[in-house]
Amino acid sequence: MPDKPKVAFYWCASCGGCEESIVDLAEDILEVAQAVDIVFWPVALDFKRKDVEAMPDGSILATMVNGSIRTSEQEEMAHLLRRKSQILIAYGSCAHMGGVPSLANQFSREQILRYVYEEAPTVVNEQKVRPQPRHQYDGTALTLPEFRGLARSLDQVVEVDYYLPGCPPTPKLLKQAVLTLLSGELPPRGTVLAPDVALCDQCPRKETKPTDLQISEFKRPHWTQIDPEKCFLAQGVVCMGPATRSGCEAQCIQGNMPCTGCFGPTSRVRDQGAKILSALASPISAREPEEIEKILSGIPDPVGTFYRYSLAKSLLRAKVTR
Amino acid sequence: MSERNGEVRIGVYICHCGVNIAATVDVRAVAEYAATLPGVVVARDYKYMCSDPGQEMIQQDIRDHQLNRVVVAACSPSLHERTFRNAVERAGLNPFFFQMVNIREHDSWVHSDREAATEKAKDLVRAAVMRVYFHKPLERRRVPVNPDVLVVGGGIAGIHAALTVANSGKRVYLVEREPTIGGHMAQFDKTFPTLDCAACILTPKMSAVKEHPNITLWTYSEVVSVDGSVGDYRVVVKRKPRYVREDLCVGCLQCIEACVFKEAKFDDEFNLGLSKRKPIYIPFPQATPKVVVIDPEACIQLRTGKCKKACLEACAERGAIDFEQKETYEEIHVGSIIIATGFQTFDPRRMPQYGYGKYPNVYTTLEVERLVNASGPTGGQVVTRDGRVPESVGIILCVGSRDERTNRWCSRVCCMTSLKLAHLIKEHTGAEVFIFYIDMRAAGKGYEEFYQRVLNEGVHFVRGRVAEITDWAMDPSEEGKLIARVEDTNTGFVRRIPLDMVVLAVGLEPQFDALNVQRLFGIGCSMDGFFLERHPKLAPSPTYTDGIFIAGVCQGPKDIPDSVMQAGYAAAEAIALADTGFFELEPNTAYIIAEECSGCKTCIPLCPYQAITFNEEKKKAFVNEVLCKGCGTCVAACPSGSIKQNLFEDEEIFSEIEGVLAYA
Ligand SMILES: Cc1cc2nc3c(=O)[nH]c(=O)nc-3n(C[C@H](O)[C@H](O)[C@H](O)COP(=O)(O)OP(=O)(O)OC[C@H]3O[C@@H](n4cnc5c(N)ncnc54)[C@H](O)[C@@H]3O)c2cc1C
Ligand code: SF4
Ligand code: SF4
Ligand code: SF4
Ligand code: SF4
Repeated sequence: MPDKPKVAFYWCASCGGCEESIVDLAEDILEVAQAVDIVFWPVALDFKRKDVEAMPDGSILATMVNGSIRTSEQEEMAHLLRRKSQILIAYGSCAHMGGVPSLANQFSREQILRYVYEEAPTVVNEQKVRPQPRHQYDGTALTLPEFRGLARSLDQVVEVDYYLPGCPPTPKLLKQAVLTLLSGELPPRGTVLAPDVALCDQCPRKETKPTDLQISEFKRPHWTQIDPEKCFLAQGVVCMGPATRSGCEAQCIQGNMPCTGCFGPTSRVRDQGAKILSALASPISAREPEEIEKILSGIPDPVGTFYRYSLAKSLLRAKVTR
Repeated sequence: MSERNGEVRIGVYICHCGVNIAATVDVRAVAEYAATLPGVVVARDYKYMCSDPGQEMIQQDIRDHQLNRVVVAACSPSLHERTFRNAVERAGLNPFFFQMVNIREHDSWVHSDREAATEKAKDLVRAAVMRVYFHKPLERRRVPVNPDVLVVGGGIAGIHAALTVANSGKRVYLVEREPTIGGHMAQFDKTFPTLDCAACILTPKMSAVKEHPNITLWTYSEVVSVDGSVGDYRVVVKRKPRYVREDLCVGCLQCIEACVFKEAKFDDEFNLGLSKRKPIYIPFPQATPKVVVIDPEACIQLRTGKCKKACLEACAERGAIDFEQKETYEEIHVGSIIIATGFQTFDPRRMPQYGYGKYPNVYTTLEVERLVNASGPTGGQVVTRDGRVPESVGIILCVGSRDERTNRWCSRVCCMTSLKLAHLIKEHTGAEVFIFYIDMRAAGKGYEEFYQRVLNEGVHFVRGRVAEITDWAMDPSEEGKLIARVEDTNTGFVRRIPLDMVVLAVGLEPQFDALNVQRLFGIGCSMDGFFLERHPKLAPSPTYTDGIFIAGVCQGPKDIPDSVMQAGYAAAEAIALADTGFFELEPNTAYIIAEECSGCKTCIPLCPYQAITFNEEKKKAFVNEVLCKGCGTCVAACPSGSIKQNLFEDEEIFSEIEGVLAYA
């Protein structure tokens, strides 16, 4: 029997949810496992970096990397896996667009370190010790990865072949992707492996979205009794659906929560947040600056709302903090 | 990029515009720089690119160098884009493979540092070169033009436009909301500066409208909806019930005589309330059409259903009176529309210091027009409301004009109107007449001469803004008079001038419902509320909406000769459009890629021209490219990037931005 195709999984700056989603394949995982050899998967299997280094370049068919890239180690692993793999897939919102970790790009490295190691209410650190890349302890040299200035998407560090969107991607999309790869009929490089139409298209509430939407108040989901049948925007709840790629099967909507945009924009859009902003600004019913201000105060964290998963890949990418 | 469009071969031409550009921009250096940009095959500079030799140079290069893209850096595209597109087209290239760069208005005219201006020109040229790479061949689409024309408003402007169009053989619908046409001019006695009798020159035109075989006249009517676009507007007109059948009434007026109201009791609108009328009335004897109208608020039959109906009896033979009449709606199709809805006069109650509405002998110029009119409420007698012939009359100019607190513009006709009325009042009463002015404006043919004439007639001119009109007498000579308190800025004294009659030269304002009319027809408004022309100098009657023209005071204050001229101009544009028979649409329209549209409906309410509709069956949005003006609003708003705009595709815009930002 010829060698089965080799597949690897790796995680960078992420929450672990993407790893969960692979396990969520449930019995389907057997089908996948039968078809491929998993040669590297730190969360589940005991392989080390040196094992990967030992593999010939290009010997892995496909590697799926989740998480954004924040540290020097993640950078090194990205380059290493790129070299070893024929196909590199950015798996999940963070690898795809920077994800939630890239919201930290609103703050400088110094601000982040100061807060996390000195100022956070749960921290007691009188000597103001900060992690150092290199430290001598008991005559031994200790090292830690370097903390970089920005969180980046995978393709801002190495070339990426495909993207699986979502926070996390659905098992169905993952399975489809694996089968596509195995079939050898590869889509054009750079493709996001999900439908290229926005979510409203698949949304069960589409019928109830009015043609002449008027927003007189933005309501936050946790303060609102949400009508389970009616379009969120028609209820004044920010829904990222119009600016977000479909493929999630409207799972949040079906759970009576609005779309928060994790699948990212369609291929035609460079900046998801800017797009939803221009779409939501016009229906605001008020015309006087004070009234408009009042309505906008219903969105206390616009960056976190409109760029929740995509700040690193937005046109602005980060806030200049110097 | 070049795969799809084949090999891209760009020619770049930098214009000197005489010295307009060349004095500030090193045009030679810009051309040399352009020659180094990727895709550029030739780059030249020339004294006048728009001249015949300039255009021929481009055409020769297209042939010699197989150019398939052309960039001209010169003046504004609004001036010469069409010139160069045509030149390129004549050389066999699609005209939309052309891109214009404005290095005059955007560069040489606004900078003085030659080196920096030259660098800026290079940036702008680079942006165009990078953009033109992505241009696609586009077709201008033609829509047929219905030759019929709608004229809205039957003042002198609307009348003149309607007659001109009708005389060219086209069908005209003239819609007027009052029971008669004529507008403000019908209320005047004489017109400045020649003192022609207004009725003598206006009423023949009014009856010509009525009699014209090509004109359908609908008075007491209003446009309620407008659909479609240039060449094919679908308009619904509401015809209000006048309770009298226009086809049967002959205007004998016996019904008015017979009406159960023996005394006229209701304010006569045409005479601005200076006289009374009955519930059944005709605005003025020469009203056109000469058909009576019943005021439903005043008529007993219409209010209570319990009248003797004496009018009905009086008209039994003709049977023109019809209490059952209901409003009706007419739908018409026209190719173009001329809007001539005129103005309203400033309400002087907004300036309480002049006592209008408080002192009965304070009038507006329009009211005095009625007083001096032989067929007016007083039969041409200038008398105060208490029946006295005034011995002293003061006319205050610029009431509600040229004033930060009310209207900032000059109403243009009030100086001349006041001179006219000063002359007429003197003629009728021999009174002393004072004109209180800030500046006298008498620009126009024969106007300065008329001013001199009135000066010589002994009218007193006091230069100063009147502070207040009061009836508070300071000495016995002021008893029973109105006193104008004014600083005479020629002498430097504050004066108190006792008067029997005060006339306020009220300014011209947009109609109270101008905003509705503007929305209804989808045209623009200037800051002051008058309708917006396409270009203040070169296109003062067309609007930004193709096939809609404006004429008369609805576009801005002007006198009768100017209104007539603009009306003729609007008519000429409408006739030219009808005779051409088609209208060429700019191809820079938006379109929706149906497979990509999620049907989120974001775009639909945003289109200022209502060009986007939602297809309920397909659950997707669609752009009607005939209605689309290429404003780009929907393109920017579509949250899934599913709307594209010809000539403004993302790759064109982004490469242009990258080009301008890629500092050399
Ligand atoms: C007191 C006074 C004296 C003047 N004297 C002179 C003079 O001596 N010589 C001179 O050259 N100029 C004079 N003018 C200026 C002159 O009145 C204007 O230039 C002229 O009337 C402009 O004509 P118009 O057709 O544009 O507007 P208008 O005369 O206002 O006519 C507009 C018409 O449109 C109708 N209309 C409005 N809205 C609608 C609608 N929505 N639907 C249908 N119909 C509508 C109105 O009922 C009206 O009949 C004077 C102005 C004033 C105020
Ligand atoms: S806006 Fe959100 S809730 Fe409304 S139709 Fe679109 S995806 Fe559904
Ligand atoms: S309604 Fe009859 S009576 Fe009155 S004016 Fe017309 S025709 Fe004469
Ligand atoms: S480009 Fe402007 S005019 Fe054209 S459809 Fe879009 S919004 Fe309407
Ligand atoms: S905004 Fe875009 S996705 Fe939404 S309906 Fe319009 S074209 Fe379709």
